[in-house]
Amino acid sequence: MKAANSSQSPDFLLNNRPVSVRGVDPQTTLLDYIRAQGLTGAKEGCAEGECGACTVVLVANRAGGSEYRAVNSCLMLAPMAAGHEIYTVEALAAGGKLAEVQQAMAAGGGSQCGYCTPGFVMSMFAEHYRPGRVGPCDPHELGGNLCRCTGYRPIRDAALSLGPAPSGDFLDRLSRPAPRLEAIEYESAGARFSRPNSIEKCLSILAGDPEARLISGGTDLVVESNLRSRRWKHLVSVEAIGELREFSESARTITIGAALPLNEIAMRWSTAPDVCRQWLQLFASPPLRNRATLGGNLATASPIGDGAPLLLALDASVRLASQRGRRTIPLASFFTGYRRTALAPDELITAIEIPKPLPEFVRFYKVAKRRMDDISTVAAAMAMDWDASGRIARARFAFGGVAPVPLRVLAAEEAVIGPHGGQRWNDAAVERVQAALEKTLDPIGDHRGSREYRLAVAKSLVAKFLWERREAAA
Amino acid sequence: MGAAGGGCLKIAGTIAGQAVPHESAREHVTGDALYTDDLLLRFARPLHAWPVIAPHAHALVKALDFSPALSEPGVATVLTDKDVPGEGDSGSNRHDEPLFPTEVMYHSQPVAWVLGETLDAAQRGARRVSVEYEPLPAILSIEDAILAGNFHSAPLRLARGDASVIESSPLYFQGELKIGGQEHFYLETQSAIAWLDETGGVAAHSSTQHPTETQEVIARVLGIPRNKVTVECLRMGGAFGGKEVQANPWAAIAALGAWKTRRPVRVRLTRALDFALTGKRHPFLARYAAGFTKNGRLEGVRISLYSDGGWSLDLSEPVLSRAMFHCDNAYLLPAVEITGLICRTHKTSQTAFRGFGGPQGMLVIEEILDEAARRLSLPPEIVRERNFYRDGDTTHYGQPVKDAGRIEIIWSRLKESSGFAQRREEIDHWNSRHPHFKRGLAITPVKFGISFTATFFNQGAALVLIYRDGSVQVNHGGAEMGQGLHTKIQQIAAETLGLDLESVRVMPTSTGKIPNTSATAASAGTDLNGAAVADACSQLRCRLAQGAAVLLGCDVADVRLSQGLVFPDAEEHRAIPFARVCDAAYRQRVPLFAQGYYRTPDIHYDPQAGRGAPFHYFAYAAAVSEVEVDGFTGDYRLLRTDILEDAGDSVSPLVDRGQIEGGFIQGVGWLTLEELVWDAKGRLATAGASTYKLPSWTEVPDVFEVNFLERATERGTIFGSKAVGEPPLMLAISVREAIRDAIARFGAGGPVLLESPATPERVFFAVQRARAEREARVSPVGATQ
Ligand SMILES: Cc1cc2nc3c(=O)[nH]c(=O)nc-3n(C[C@H](O)[C@H](O)[C@H](O)COP(=O)(O)OP(=O)(O)OC[C@H]3O[C@@H](n4cnc5c(N)ncnc54)[C@H](O)[C@@H]3O)c2cc1C
Ligand code: FES
Ligand code: FES
Repeated sequence: MKAANSSQSPDFLLNNRPVSVRGVDPQTTLLDYIRAQGLTGAKEGCAEGECGACTVVLVANRAGGSEYRAVNSCLMLAPMAAGHEIYTVEALAAGGKLAEVQQAMAAGGGSQCGYCTPGFVMSMFAEHYRPGRVGPCDPHELGGNLCRCTGYRPIRDAALSLGPAPSGDFLDRLSRPAPRLEAIEYESAGARFSRPNSIEKCLSILAGDPEARLISGGTDLVVESNLRSRRWKHLVSVEAIGELREFSESARTITIGAALPLNEIAMRWSTAPDVCRQWLQLFASPPLRNRATLGGNLATASPIGDGAPLLLALDASVRLASQRGRRTIPLASFFTGYRRTALAPDELITAIEIPKPLPEFVRFYKVAKRRMDDISTVAAAMAMDWDASGRIARARFAFGGVAPVPLRVLAAEEAVIGPHGGQRWNDAAVERVQAALEKTLDPIGDHRGSREYRLAVAKSLVAKFLWERREAAA
Repeated sequence: MGAAGGGCLKIAGTIAGQAVPHESAREHVTGDALYTDDLLLRFARPLHAWPVIAPHAHALVKALDFSPALSEPGVATVLTDKDVPGEGDSGSNRHDEPLFPTEVMYHSQPVAWVLGETLDAAQRGARRVSVEYEPLPAILSIEDAILAGNFHSAPLRLARGDASVIESSPLYFQGELKIGGQEHFYLETQSAIAWLDETGGVAAHSSTQHPTETQEVIARVLGIPRNKVTVECLRMGGAFGGKEVQANPWAAIAALGAWKTRRPVRVRLTRALDFALTGKRHPFLARYAAGFTKNGRLEGVRISLYSDGGWSLDLSEPVLSRAMFHCDNAYLLPAVEITGLICRTHKTSQTAFRGFGGPQGMLVIEEILDEAARRLSLPPEIVRERNFYRDGDTTHYGQPVKDAGRIEIIWSRLKESSGFAQRREEIDHWNSRHPHFKRGLAITPVKFGISFTATFFNQGAALVLIYRDGSVQVNHGGAEMGQGLHTKIQQIAAETLGLDLESVRVMPTSTGKIPNTSATAASAGTDLNGAAVADACSQLRCRLAQGAAVLLGCDVADVRLSQGLVFPDAEEHRAIPFARVCDAAYRQRVPLFAQGYYRTPDIHYDPQAGRGAPFHYFAYAAAVSEVEVDGFTGDYRLLRTDILEDAGDSVSPLVDRGQIEGGFIQGVGWLTLEELVWDAKGRLATAGASTYKLPSWTEVPDVFEVNFLERATERGTIFGSKAVGEPPLMLAISVREAIRDAIARFGAGGPVLLESPATPERVFFAVQRARAEREARVSPVGATQ
């Protein structure tokens, strides 16, 4: 173990106490690390970000100060915590007095076996202290926590019973900014963890080490580590690169930093249309969205990812960078095969660009077994513009879960635009689109859904798109 | 024996029956509540165990070479059958579960275990154990097992009257229903830590519902008497039946490892392993034929139940029996013939799960009644109520249906309070305006038999210790898994001794305190152990009253104990502290501890004849649910649920409400989203939280009304209460029926076939079928030409 040209030592604040992860295998999860410190309140229920039993909060920046963000400690690697300020359930009643969230959970029957409870308490705590919150706590913030015992009603009621956060140290903390993440370079147990703080440094690491693997939110990668025992010689975190976390909107483009967590996209994209807000809300769960990024989502190139379909329907492009230079390519040509992309090994996604104006009518549909926090069986995004005469001027039909790659179905677009100009968006047009889908889509059948269902539901969603258009017009 | 609590003195009734939070609520919310694996840090140099798992559903183990694993850094040793001093089998009654099999019987079955200094080392070691397999053909479905005649036991049979009458009934039909299983998904996975104790014995912390059986299995594997084995369960992070017998193998491996290495050994299944290795709720296949009158009265049924038992027998027999007992749900089956078979498949050994076969049995009769209603064009709720048991009826196994009239009372009160009739109209109206979305409404009843069907399990025991300062320790045979048993026990003890809750400490469950306990299961934890605790506490109360009468200078009969004070009746100002009475009793050489015992009276069952009264009483309830189905996708939302539950006089209303709500939502999961899918190799394809979806809070209905039946005192139970652990799960059938009702609205009447679970995909295709039938009726084939 050596701390090679150590920039910032891999320390962090845990319940106000400085701790170091030096000497820890870089692929140790934060959960295992804190439990080994004797803080056994956080539990492992799944090790893949689904149950929330491992939830802790970290302090993150928010305009004018900071906020607490619930995160899944099973999906953070211990060195990813470096520089952060983290609180576990043990911190809440440190003085012997229960925090309000704890009182509310305990008094109303919010715990039965109690195993999920610390996780719920931490998610609710973050929501309780959310700056600018008006009204009761939003139970949607508990969407990343599972409980097998209570049936949730008392937990929902506990959240709804909470008023403003009480004054005290936890509230005071939020008037100060979050700690600044510095670069770190760390090596232990034969593996390296780097966190450069500029694109240039990151690109030079990538160029210099063909084994280097980028990690952003880690919500895909750490699952691979936990469940499939994947090991990497060298992980390179993009979390401290400011440029990758920018968001901007000009008259012609919306630019989303590749490493901006999804919930920050929602916060910073103030002009986002409803469909984009819904899209983000349907994506995983609140603690996941506090870490997961679009860069990671697109680079993973999962055929059932939710990022690509909507971005395809919006004609988005991806900005890429390597030491050899920068380029921007349409997202439609980014996916080259099953989990393969146009990214070169030394290349990085820096941002996603969405052209403006946004299409007139856009819908995103996610079909899954469970309505929230489930992986899509089929995801679909459709967008349409009409000319003055009411004929279709531009149409996009993009799908996930129906082919080895996220798919923009050109044949479907042609079916309604066609060589003879745009048509009206009506039942006949729907049938033509469906016929095109029938020919183009090639879904697999698996535990999420049969091939027949995926195909049938993809077609059915086109009819829903027409129906929703009619409803909106009415 | 003090089933009713009081013993020789009047009970104040101030603590039992109060809505108090869970006894460990404070520890839960602070993270201080400890579970088995949280104790790991307390052990010096523990070893971690990891299994070598077989990549086949069925195969012979031809050779196993673990020497490469031993050269992996950090690997301490490998456990194989050579290390077993006793009998290397954890099977609960047939001893059919070898810990180190020579024939692999399900995909991912462990064939050896590696112990490492770290978990990572054990995992690396396990990958390096080389095993040679000879794959064999595997039976992976109920249908295949039936074809191959592969069953665990001879058929079970229950019958009454002459079921052949149905063939001449005005309405006669046959059908088939496939019912999926369910993963327990207790949030805390299986875990155990074992070590050698200070005096040559073995001790284990185990997350087990049945410490006595865990103790027995450890003793069996190590070949030592049971008095050398102590098993303790602090609390479980959920169990639901999944830790009734299935906690045993992991504790046995930990104990064997500790025996061999003389070091503490920890076994904790990860979620993925827990999915792959542990049994689930039994999938069922039901084939039925039924006869009805024109107005929907059931004349008779014939039902064949096939359960998927998996590789070993486990609890499959009693599960199947309970399914057969509950094929009546709340309805009189005048003529009936039920046969049951347990299929032997190459899958995990399916096991106890809340309801224990009851839910599958009930689902079948509900299916039949709904189908009859739709064939007769009658509202399903009408057909249901026409077939209710009435006072004086007996079940198909000959047990009088005690309080049968409550079914009707609950039904009509719930219809009233939920506004059923009016909402039915509103929904019809709504549906007529929404061609692509439909709402459905349904009401279904539950009657659930309480007691273990194996009569001898129906006993409970307690050991209550009072110290001279008046503080109390309560030991009893039940284990806490979140169901609030310890809370109720604490209330019962405090009530009976006249103390406040804080003075009563309920101890972790230990075989060193209470021997030969029954599993904490069958909803009977409070009925059995609560009555035993009340028995012990009443004895102590009477003993203390003797001394108190002397101290207070009053009649023994007038001594009152309440909230930690002891005083003559109506003279509270003369109260003396409980502690003083205890100390005085000690000086009088009165023993301040007592054992309590309870056995459920008047139950008996003859399995050969299929006749008897296996249940102490029945728990009743009903639920109304309303859903909305999206015809474009098959997706649905539960809008509202109203429940009315007969919990007797609840000992702990907050706990019971939690059981009702939690059980209901768990049932909703079973019947809607939770789908177990095995691939062609027999591997569970949904073996993780990302592929197997539990209900999350968004599945909870916006309106969720839960009420208790009032004036429902149950005679002869602890404080007049009724069990409430399992029955509510089956109230979720109302959701399935509401979905079916909504699907029917897309069509033009007639039966709606729906496999269980009703996933969006199944609902989608059911809607398509309903629409197609409607179109076929509107334009019959050929009419358009
Ligand atoms: C519980 C859970 C629920 C989920 N739900 C959803 C869902 O609803 N919808 C959905 O689409 N996905 C879902 N996912 C998958 C995952 O969260 C998303 O794909 C997420 O966006 C990945 O982002 P990340 O930053 O965490 O990626 P990481 O895990 O950090 O990285 C993923 C991959 O991208 C690469 N990478 C990361 N950043 C860059 C970059 N800037 N340039 C180039 N390569 C990069 C990494 O090397 C890695 O190969 C879920 C995951 C979990 C665990
Ligand atoms: S352990 Fe389940 S989300 Fe982390
Ligand atoms: S209280 Fe048991 S999982 Fe939530």
